[in-house]
Amino acid sequence: MRNERDFSSARGAGAGQGVGARLPRKEDDRLMRGRGQFVADIRLAGLQDVAFVRSPLAHARILGIRVPERYRASVFTAADLVGVKPIRAVSALPGFKISEQPVLATGKVRQVGELVAMCVAPTRAEAEDIAASVMLDLEELPAISDMLKARKPGTALVHEHWGDNIFLETNYEVDISAALDAPIKVTREISTARQCMSPLEGRGVVATFDHRLDQLTLYSAAQMPHVTRSGLAECLGMEEGRIRLISPDVGGGFGHKGILLPEEVCLSWLTMRCGHPVRWTEDRREHLTASSNCREHHYKITVYANSDGTLRGIDCEATVDSGAYSSYPFSACLEAAQVASILPGPYRMPAYRCRTFSVATNKCPILPYRGVARTGVCFALELMLDLVAAEAGLEPGEVRLRNLIPPEQMPFDNITRKHFDSGDYPEAMRRALAAIDIDAVRARQREGEPDGRRIGVGVSIYCEQAAHGTSVYAGWGIPMVPGHEQASARLTPDGGLELRVGVHSHGQSMETTLAQVAHEMLGIDVASVRIILGDTAMTPYSTGTWGSRSMVMAGGAVATACREIGERARRIGAKLLQHDPASVVLQNGEVRGVNGSVTLKEIAYTWYRRPQDLPADVDPGGLEVTAGYKPQRDSGTFSYAAHAAVVAVDPDLGEVEILDYVIVEDGGVLVNPMVVDGQIYGGLAQGIGTALYEEMPFDASGQPLATTLADYLLPGPTEVPAARLDHMETPSPYTQFGVKGIGEGGAIAPPAAIANAVNDALRPLGVEMMQSPITPHRIVEAVLAARGAERTAA
Amino acid sequence: MKPAPFGYERPRDLPAALSLLAEANGSAKIIAGGQSLGPMLNLRLVQPELVVDITCLAELKQAERRGDELVLGACITHADIEDGRTPDVTRGAMRGVAANIAYRAVRNRGTIGGSLGHADPAADWVSALAAFGARLTLRSLAGARTVAMEDFILGALESILRPGEIVESIHVPARPASAHWGYVKSCRKTGEFAHALSAVLIDPSAGTARVVMGAIDTAPIVITDAAELFGGRIAGDYQERFDARVADALLRKAGIDNAADRHIHVSVLRRAVREAAA
Repeated sequence: MRNERDFSSARGAGAGQGVGARLPRKEDDRLMRGRGQFVADIRLAGLQDVAFVRSPLAHARILGIRVPERYRASVFTAADLVGVKPIRAVSALPGFKISEQPVLATGKVRQVGELVAMCVAPTRAEAEDIAASVMLDLEELPAISDMLKARKPGTALVHEHWGDNIFLETNYEVDISAALDAPIKVTREISTARQCMSPLEGRGVVATFDHRLDQLTLYSAAQMPHVTRSGLAECLGMEEGRIRLISPDVGGGFGHKGILLPEEVCLSWLTMRCGHPVRWTEDRREHLTASSNCREHHYKITVYANSDGTLRGIDCEATVDSGAYSSYPFSACLEAAQVASILPGPYRMPAYRCRTFSVATNKCPILPYRGVARTGVCFALELMLDLVAAEAGLEPGEVRLRNLIPPEQMPFDNITRKHFDSGDYPEAMRRALAAIDIDAVRARQREGEPDGRRIGVGVSIYCEQAAHGTSVYAGWGIPMVPGHEQASARLTPDGGLELRVGVHSHGQSMETTLAQVAHEMLGIDVASVRIILGDTAMTPYSTGTWGSRSMVMAGGAVATACREIGERARRIGAKLLQHDPASVVLQNGEVRGVNGSVTLKEIAYTWYRRPQDLPADVDPGGLEVTAGYKPQRDSGTFSYAAHAAVVAVDPDLGEVEILDYVIVEDGGVLVNPMVVDGQIYGGLAQGIGTALYEEMPFDASGQPLATTLADYLLPGPTEVPAARLDHMETPSPYTQFGVKGIGEGGAIAPPAAIANAVNDALRPLGVEMMQSPITPHRIVEAVLAARGAERTAA
Repeated sequence: MKPAPFGYERPRDLPAALSLLAEANGSAKIIAGGQSLGPMLNLRLVQPELVVDITCLAELKQAERRGDELVLGACITHADIEDGRTPDVTRGAMRGVAANIAYRAVRNRGTIGGSLGHADPAADWVSALAAFGARLTLRSLAGARTVAMEDFILGALESILRPGEIVESIHVPARPASAHWGYVKSCRKTGEFAHALSAVLIDPSAGTARVVMGAIDTAPIVITDAAELFGGRIAGDYQERFDARVADALLRKAGIDNAADRHIHVSVLRRAVREAAA
């Protein structure tokens, strides 16, 4: 199944380490022994801690900030930050309204937790004491915390000069009128709760200034160091070369660490002002209430179908609560506007209409979280397809099989012109249905449960567009558009390999998988391949790690650079063997001719230590290469998975237990299947959080109500079942090795599969759950409402 | 999330602890296991001037059977009970309660007296001990007094403890051989606080029942004479005679307006009764 032409002749040299090997992670030796170095582990002489004074109100005019006289020198407000520009993340999409996020609030505050002042002291506790002594004179303004109300005229305005609360409205239509006479027409409102991304490690910043280099050094837990540096430079009015951003070990990102933080700008300014290093470490309360949220979608959706379940069209109005500000670089509109283009998913349909609204409210900015808009879109569409199945009297799986893109039509351009590169979606669904054993579940349902619970089975399927490039993002016109990805490779004098890449690794295992790619190309033992990442001074520019792009893009760049190194080494090797270059090959880490061979190590030694032995016409670039890469098409790879869940629902307590969970996934050629398994398990845990646990509620005045992890529930080991995984491997025709991006998928499908299973269990009671998370209270409320309705009808 | 400055004392004996508390005149907090106070300090929800650490007081770590009751010192940990390091007069019932409190890490440090003093209505001991008919000895420099468990809690995080007074010991009466025990709680996930919790101690041969519904916004509902919940009398058929409408009315009276919440509480109680009857 693999794309043989992309494999170098080095393949076979140590097939145990190359593409496809289940290699243990190189980084685990450090991370599992507690020897990782995260931002909070960094100690610099003279380091002081920062605590922020944050707005206690969601919307208020700042009348004054009173700082006790004794703390005057330790407290800084917007008035001090002369010349520092607000954060602006503009989209070029027509009609986008611009928000300016001051790094410290000026004039008014627009969300709880907005930064108002920063306090610096030798320890965080003392800095918090100072922060507690700063008094804010605030004139409370009416706040808007409900995105649907925020859309209506006459409500409070987050940004007065806009005249409304709409960052962006988009419309997409393909002949919806053609669907209107369909015999099946189902309309529902569906919503997903606001969530917090909750990586184990929160954000953190250490800033210091190096006078010798005339350079600001910022250590920050950041997924996209180069992009963050550009944003910082713009806010601070500094040349980019005067800023070095180092992102050390990072304990999970998921999108939360993709944005430029006001705290990063503040601490950069502060270290230059104070002359000593400063640190801010996000605490869990700041993460929950003040930083950034995700996932809050609302759909009003109608699905049209023929009585045999064939889709005729979808008509949807989607609203996303973007919060108060547009975040750099993804902007406030990426999520909602993306809904319009990805809602049809892997299904064929002749008609489609989608209107989207990115709405401003007095809440934290919304960020793209693992899966971005896909989790909400999958939830909405897959719940609707189960209703179509019920109307058509078909098994939910059957409705999917009748509408999924068939493999013989690949590559396929769908109704929103998404280009599906490859895959067999129906086969994934068939395998999932077989593995979950639908027939056995149906038989068990007929039997009933001795404990009074109800059993349900649910399926969902999605596609994950990954590593989408220039042509896709140019259209968004946001501050970051990915181009060619670069990697630098250097053979060291002792025959080792150093690789420098601009993507980052915060759980993705790039230190292992990129070494496997290098091994595939050059045959060098992975133990001798060092991956250098997370430092703008040490790595080629990259937009970083987001959009499941790293293996496709950085993997492709590493392969390209290694191929060039191999070619140069081959020509040197031919000279050392006194062969015609055309007659030697690179294999198993050595250059071989008919009469002998010379190792890469010997070739490297010659280049660096015995240049007198080199041919006169040797490539002067030597054994160090920076190469760029883009797939043959930059419209993205499409990985996908079918998920199937069996749940038991207790209708009196509202408790849901996941009894069985199956995932059939196709991520193209897998560089390291064990790493992919890990990605899927982790994503599944987050998807279960979306489905059943995680919710950041707000009251009408915009106060976040889950301020600790006792209120904001995350799934733990006891809530995540031992899922059964099955891999398909359909190569992408456009990428190196045929790999596809796979990082986010695990988090996309679980809410839909679980909700469908819950609804399957409760359908005989007349109950339908159309909102995540599906909490015990919501289930019992729906059960009681259904009983009441039944009684009324009787 | 760092606490405001506070003083810290670790007295060597109970009189010294009581003196410190008396001197502090209400501005001190006692730390026993720290499983609730720790986060509250860090969140600055409490800002005491003094924290008195009683974890090393040997007097409060005693556990012994005295006649027909078990006397537990306040600093006995949940894990001590879970692991059977304390005598048992409840035929395993207390051990079962202890084993399902939060997570093991919490049970290793959290104490029974600390949990009671914290007075969280969602905590396990405040409901379970009320169902057992336990009494508490409270002590201050002025002396000791004994109260019934159900009279101790006034509301959420609110008890009858006076400034300078601590929970010294818990007296648990022996469970009669004829008494049935049921304990059920519903939690969003393993180890989280319950959002509904019921404890029942039903003795059909004696015709008595104690019923507790906890994890509500106020003090747990304790019915010491629960005949009304079983159609007016307690007998061997009590499970069939359980009257959900009476339980619902009690919850309504306690201010629980939401019908789904009441339904969950009543369902949990019904299961505790079923467990007792099993």
